[in-house]
Amino acid sequence: MADAIAVPVLALKGVRKSYGIGTPVETEVLHGIDLRLGRGEFCALIGPSGSGKSTLLNIIGLLDRPTSGTLEIEGTTTGDLDDAALTRLRGRSIGFVFQYHYLITAFSAVENVMMPLLVERGRPDDVMRGKAEALLARVGLERWKDSRASHLSGGQQQRVAVARALAADPVLVLADEPTGNLDTKSAEGVFELMRDVNRERGTTFLLVTHNMALARSCDRTIELVDGRVVAGQPA
Amino acid sequence: MNRLLPFEWIAAVRFLHEGRVQSALIVSGVAIGVSVIVFMSALLSGVQGNVIRRTLTAQAHVVVLPREELARPLRDEPGRTAIATVQRQAQRLRSIDQWQTVVEQTRAMPGVLAVSPVAAGPAYAIRGNANKQVTLYGVDPAHHFRIVLLDDKIVAGGTALTGGDILVGTELATDLGLALGDKLRIATTGGLAATLRVVGIFDLGNKGANQRTTYVALRTAQPLLGLTGGVSNIDIALADIYAAETVARSIAARTGLEVDSWIKTNAQFFTAMNAQTLSSMIIRLSVALSVAFGIASVLVVSVVQRSKEIGILRAMGTSRGQILRVFLIQGGIVGLSGSVLGAAMGAGFVGLWRATALNPDGTPLFPLSVDPWLFLAATVIATLSGVVAAITPALRAARLDPVVAIRG
Repeated sequence: MADAIAVPVLALKGVRKSYGIGTPVETEVLHGIDLRLGRGEFCALIGPSGSGKSTLLNIIGLLDRPTSGTLEIEGTTTGDLDDAALTRLRGRSIGFVFQYHYLITAFSAVENVMMPLLVERGRPDDVMRGKAEALLARVGLERWKDSRASHLSGGQQQRVAVARALAADPVLVLADEPTGNLDTKSAEGVFELMRDVNRERGTTFLLVTHNMALARSCDRTIELVDGRVVAGQPA
Repeated sequence: MNRLLPFEWIAAVRFLHEGRVQSALIVSGVAIGVSVIVFMSALLSGVQGNVIRRTLTAQAHVVVLPREELARPLRDEPGRTAIATVQRQAQRLRSIDQWQTVVEQTRAMPGVLAVSPVAAGPAYAIRGNANKQVTLYGVDPAHHFRIVLLDDKIVAGGTALTGGDILVGTELATDLGLALGDKLRIATTGGLAATLRVVGIFDLGNKGANQRTTYVALRTAQPLLGLTGGVSNIDIALADIYAAETVARSIAARTGLEVDSWIKTNAQFFTAMNAQTLSSMIIRLSVALSVAFGIASVLVVSVVQRSKEIGILRAMGTSRGQILRVFLIQGGIVGLSGSVLGAAMGAGFVGLWRATALNPDGTPLFPLSVDPWLFLAATVIATLSGVVAAITPALRAARLDPVVAIRG
């Protein structure tokens, strides 16, 4: 793991985030976060509600920009990139799994998995479809590949969301309460799936969770309290 | 997924297909709007075409007249007028000077279809004890009946005229009990008279015109009207009837003669037609705007409904431009499909009109003109309107902050 940390997938240095800048209600929600995630790490991000987990996840996911500090994805400093470049980097490097699956209901399961590749390459092709089918097979949904997303169960939908997050071969998957909406059995299944993918493909995972049992099953647990990392910092 | 289509088209088609009911409703709305525009345009051009055809095939588009005679003020020395009030001079029937040259020059002008020298003046049509006041038109049939399309209006006989022939309107024929081959005496106010044979009876579509109008050969009319060798006016037909005023001004400038266009002599008719065109355009524009607003409102709702999906698409690397295009394409597809359907409906309405709006004798009330370009124009304009209407919702979608959209 030491080697992995030496070549970080993600590196945050002094990241601060404030809202309402220049107004009387200016609030800083992240107070100088330093964080590094290495290739193949499987980390949990825990903390009470309002501790800044979602804000941090949005910044790491390049959906939001820090007020100050630096963020690097595989050595690329993101602060100087414009919106279009950030969008491209996000599509190429980061996969998302949300608490709710957010599958696009107008498309089938396999088409949803193809989506990150489709938006990047512009037109569908056989390679793209083959890869999406293989990913669906990996998450155990080969039989349901042509089913509409809305016709699948909650657990199946979240599995499709995991397959979709992996489609573009991202180096980092951000999962925000990925099992929060699932029953215990489905939640375990989805968690194990992510764990297996992490082991097989070496994809780095950062999971936001309130489930301490899941957090304990991760390689490392980062705890955020009041916008500061209080546990799980690398040595 | 169709492999030939790019992502934006695939997503646009799928989004429209998923919201089938919503899409069907707005496409129907566009179709109804376009069908109204197509039908109204066909109706308007049919009405106007018919009126113009009837009016402007019974009269010249441009008429060249002799210069008006002006009474000159009496001056006893230069710059000093002896009589302050000068009575306007009565205009007698006169010939146009050098009319042959004017005819030749006018025939050589571009856009001129036919030029006909005419000797016209008042006369009496006398049969037995009955007499009617008429206007005697002395014409060269070969030229004049290319301006007044009398061959289409003949109800008995023909339009060929020799020296002793006359053509009369249906009303005059009824009033004087005339039939083909009957003799009719024509007397002019100058005391000259000739007995002519009725060789044709025509219907100009206007009772007054059918009572008053008579045609004889130019050489027959000239001596009767005291215009031997001369003509009272030169009638002209043009390819573009709306160029009449320009052509009239050009001939006037070239010859120094009085030149009237049908636009000037039928000013009220022309104004009424323009008002009709304007009001129809306002109605069509209102329909087009309501269609565009309909498309925009449906797409705005669609953006709100799909905000989370837009958010996740943005999160997985979809650019703002791609999202923008997805919604612009939806607007275009709705506009195109609605306009194609609407054009077909409009054609159906035109067919229905043709089948039901008939005269008692089964002939059409008036012919509706359906220009294929009208369908193409309606389709292109509706498609573009769909795209334009989609700009606001598309920008709204493209500007969605993925964080806000996903968290909702």
